[in-house]
Amino acid sequence: MAGTLEFSPDDRYNAFITTCRQAPFSDGALAGTAVAVKDNISTKGIQTTCASKILEGYVPPYDAYVVELLRQAGAAIVGKTNMDEFGMGTTTETSAFGPTQNPADPSRVPGGSSGGSAAAVAAGLVPMALGTDTGGSIRCPAAFCGIVGLKPTYGRVSRYGLIAYANSLEQIGPMAQTVEDVSKLMSVIARYDPRDSTMIDRPYDHRPSAEIKGLRVGIPEEYFGEGVDPRVAESVRDAVGILEGLGAETVPVSIPGMRHALAAYYVICTSEASSNLARFDGVRYGPAVDTRKSWHEAYQDLRQELFGAEVRRRIMLGTFALSAGYAGKYYAKAQIARRNIREDFERAFCDADVIAGPTMPTTAFRLGERSDPISMYLSDILTAPANLAGIPAISVPCSTVDGLPVGLQIMGRQFEDERVVDAAFAYEQEVRA
Amino acid sequence: MKTIVGLEIHVQLSTATKLFCGCSTDYRDDEPNTHCCPVCLALPGALPRLNKRAVEYGLRVAKALDMKVLEESEFARKNYFYPDLPKAYQITQYDKPLAVEGTVEIEDDEGHEKIVRITRVHLEEDPGRLVHVAGGSKYSLVDYNRSGIPLLEIVTEPDMRSPQEARRFLNKLRTVLEYLGVFDGEREGGLRVDANISLEGSERVEVKNISSYKGVEKALTFEVTRQKNLLRRGQRVTRETRHFMEGRGITTSSRSKEEEHDYRYFPEPDLRPLRVADWVAAIDLPELPTARKNRFMTQYGISLNHARTLTGDPKLADFYEAVAHVDPVLAATWVADTLLGELNYRDMGIAAVPVERIAELLALLRSETITDTAGVQVLREMLDTCAAGKPCEPPAMIVEREGLARATGDEFTQVVEKVIAANPHAVEDYRAGKKGALNFLVGQVMKETRGRADPRELGKIVSEYIDTGGV
Repeated sequence: MAGTLEFSPDDRYNAFITTCRQAPFSDGALAGTAVAVKDNISTKGIQTTCASKILEGYVPPYDAYVVELLRQAGAAIVGKTNMDEFGMGTTTETSAFGPTQNPADPSRVPGGSSGGSAAAVAAGLVPMALGTDTGGSIRCPAAFCGIVGLKPTYGRVSRYGLIAYANSLEQIGPMAQTVEDVSKLMSVIARYDPRDSTMIDRPYDHRPSAEIKGLRVGIPEEYFGEGVDPRVAESVRDAVGILEGLGAETVPVSIPGMRHALAAYYVICTSEASSNLARFDGVRYGPAVDTRKSWHEAYQDLRQELFGAEVRRRIMLGTFALSAGYAGKYYAKAQIARRNIREDFERAFCDADVIAGPTMPTTAFRLGERSDPISMYLSDILTAPANLAGIPAISVPCSTVDGLPVGLQIMGRQFEDERVVDAAFAYEQEVRA
Repeated sequence: MKTIVGLEIHVQLSTATKLFCGCSTDYRDDEPNTHCCPVCLALPGALPRLNKRAVEYGLRVAKALDMKVLEESEFARKNYFYPDLPKAYQITQYDKPLAVEGTVEIEDDEGHEKIVRITRVHLEEDPGRLVHVAGGSKYSLVDYNRSGIPLLEIVTEPDMRSPQEARRFLNKLRTVLEYLGVFDGEREGGLRVDANISLEGSERVEVKNISSYKGVEKALTFEVTRQKNLLRRGQRVTRETRHFMEGRGITTSSRSKEEEHDYRYFPEPDLRPLRVADWVAAIDLPELPTARKNRFMTQYGISLNHARTLTGDPKLADFYEAVAHVDPVLAATWVADTLLGELNYRDMGIAAVPVERIAELLALLRSETITDTAGVQVLREMLDTCAAGKPCEPPAMIVEREGLARATGDEFTQVVEKVIAANPHAVEDYRAGKKGALNFLVGQVMKETRGRADPRELGKIVSEYIDTGGV
C-alpha cells in the first residue's frame, strides 16, 4: 500500500523548520504513518540545518540509518522539527528559526532541545517523532509537553547520520503520545548498524507489558532534594505510589556522584562539541565562505556570524577545557566524575531494577524566562546523569502542576530499555484506565 | 661535533580502501574528488568505521620491527583548522599508539651493523590535498581523494649520526615495508618524512614534510652545514621548524605563528579502544630482507654486496631467484650489476622484464656462446623492445639476426690478420715494448667483430700472432 501522504499542518507552535507537503511512504510496520524527524538527523534530499544558520540550505546526500529504517518500515517523513541550535539548549529558544511554543501553554517553552518534535506530537500534528538526547533533550521536552520520550541505552540506536553534538553522550530516540507508540518506533530504529562503531548488536523487539509485580524501584534521594520544585517532587512520589499499587516495591538508593554530574556533563559535551563543530567552515556545505579573505580570517568571520551565541559559548568552553594546561583539570576530571556516576548507578542497580524520579526539576518555563546560561544548565541535573552512565531512561507524563505537565522519569540498566518501557507502560495503563 | 638525527616517517599503507570508509585508495590517475563519500568528506553526521586490514598492516610492521603491541590502544582527535582537513581534526593515535619499542638494523658510516631504535608506530588518516591554481589565483582548490588514506607513522629514537645513515635507515625501512606487502614504493607521495636534527650540545631543528628518500639526505646535509656555519660564526641554533624546499635543496624557517598549535587531543568518541595484541600471533611474516640476504649468500654462494643489492627490493630478489638456476654467481652479477644499471638508465622497473628471456640470455653467456660484451648488447636490445611495449624476442634470435655469436676459427683469424696488416706502427710499437699498443690492436679487433670476441683471449692471440709472425 505504498503512496504519498499529503502533509500541510497548522504549525502554529513553530514545531517544524521544514515540512514535506508530499511525503512518500511504502509498506511496513509504519506504513503511511507520519513521522517527524529532528533537524539534526540527516535526511536525503531534505534540508537539514540543526536549527543553525551555518547549515542553512544544506541538503544531505544521504539518509541517517534511522531514517533509512523509517523509510523501510513504510513511514512518511513529513518534516524536520525545530530544536535548540545543534541541540545546545533546554528550551528550543536558541534555534536560528525562532522558538517553538509549548502546545500545553503557548506562553511556555516546549523544553529542549527536541522541542519541535515534542510540540509536533503534543499538538497532534504527527503521531510519532524522532528526537535526540544528549543530556535530556528527548525527556525534557517530553515532560514539558506531556508526551512520552525514550532515551535508549547508549549504543542501541545507530548515530550514523546524526549531526554530532556530543558523541559519547547522545542517542536518537522515539517520542510519541503513548508508551506503546514509543516502543513501536523504538523497534523500528533500534537495529544494528556496523557504521556506528559504538553500537552493540542488541536489536529492540519488544511489545510493552504492564506486568511489573515484584519490580524493585529505586528512589534516589538526590532526585527529590534541593532545586526540585516540591510540587513536582510530590506528583512524582504519587506516581511511584501507583507503581507500588501495581505490585512494585520501592527501595532507597543513592547516586552520590550526582553532585559533580552537571559539571562533568558540561565539560564533556562542550569539549566534544568544540571538536565536532569545527568542520562547519563554509567550504563544503552551508553558506559559502568568503574566498576573498585569507582562509583563517574567512573561517573566523563565517563562524562568528553564523553560529548563535550559545553555540559559540559552548565551543569556547570546550576549547578551553581541552587546551594544554587545562585538559587535566577539566576534561580528565570530568571523565573521572563520569566513571563515578556510572559506578554509582551500577551499585544502585544491584538493589533496584529501575530507578524513578522526576524528569525535570520544574515544569515548563515561560518563554524568555531563563536568560542566564547557568540557571538553564542547572535544569539538566536530573536528566544528564543517564547520559553520563549510558543507561536507558524514559519520561512518561504523570499529572500536572498548575495545569502544566510533569514527567515521571524511569531509568534502567544498560540494554534494559524493555524493562524501562514496561514500567512506564504499566504506569500509563493504570492512570489512563 | 656529533650529528644527531631522529625521524618521523609517514607511510601510506597499501590497503584497497581508506582507513575509515570504503572509498578506494587507488586514485592516482583519477579526477579530483572522485574517491569520496560522506565519511572522508566529513559530511555532517558521518561516522568513521575502522579498516581492519589497515590495523593488520600496522601490526605486521610492528611484528617485523620486533615491537611491543599495546594491550589496548586508542584513537584520538588532533584538532586544528586547515582547509585540507575536512573534519578540522585528524583521527590519529596519541598516548596509546598501536605498538612501541622496536628496532631496525642498518650499517653505520664505517660499515658496521648498528641498531636504530623505533619509539612507536601508530595509525592515522591522511588529509586531503590543496591544489594551488597557477597564475596567482586568489583561491586554492581542495582534492579530497587522499582524505582518509591510511598512514602508519613510524617514529625513531635519535639514533642516526649522519644524513647518510638516515638515508640507509629509510632504504632499509622501505625494503622491510615492501617485503611485508603493506607499502607500494612506486606511489608518489607514499612516504613522507619529518626529520629532527641537532648538533651535539645545540638546539634541535625539525625539518618538515620531506617527500623523497633523496630529499631526506639532502635536507639533513643542508642542515648540518647551516648549523655548523652558525656555530662557527658564534651564533646559536634556534629551536624551530623548517621546511625543505625540494627544488632548491635548502630548508627555510617556517613562520613561528603556524607552529604554536595546541592540538587539544582527546580520545575519539566515535571509535572503541583497539584491543588487537592477540592478533599478532596469527600474523605470518614473510622472510625479511636480512634473513633473505643471509640465505642468498649461503644458498647461492654469492657475495655480500650482491646479496644486499638483490634483496634490497623484494621484486628484484624474486627475479634473481627465478633465474639463479642457470648459474647463481653469473646470475647475481648480471642481475645486480648489469641488468639493474640498464634498468636505472631507462627508468624501468624489474616487473617489465621477462624472466624467461633473461634466463635464456644467462644460458648463452654460461655456455660461452656469446661474450659479455655481446651479452650487454643483446640485453639492451631486449630492454628497448620491452620498454617500447613490444614482445621480447628470444636472445638466441637476436644473436643470430645480429650475428653476435662468439667469433671463432677462420673468420677470427682473418680479422686479426687484417688489423695487424692495417696498423704496422702499432705492431712496431708493441715490438718496441709499448704495452698500450697491444690494447689498441685488441680494441681494433673488437671493433671489427662487434664484441664477438673475448678481449682477454684476444690479447693472447694477437700477441702470439705478432710474436710468431703468423697464425
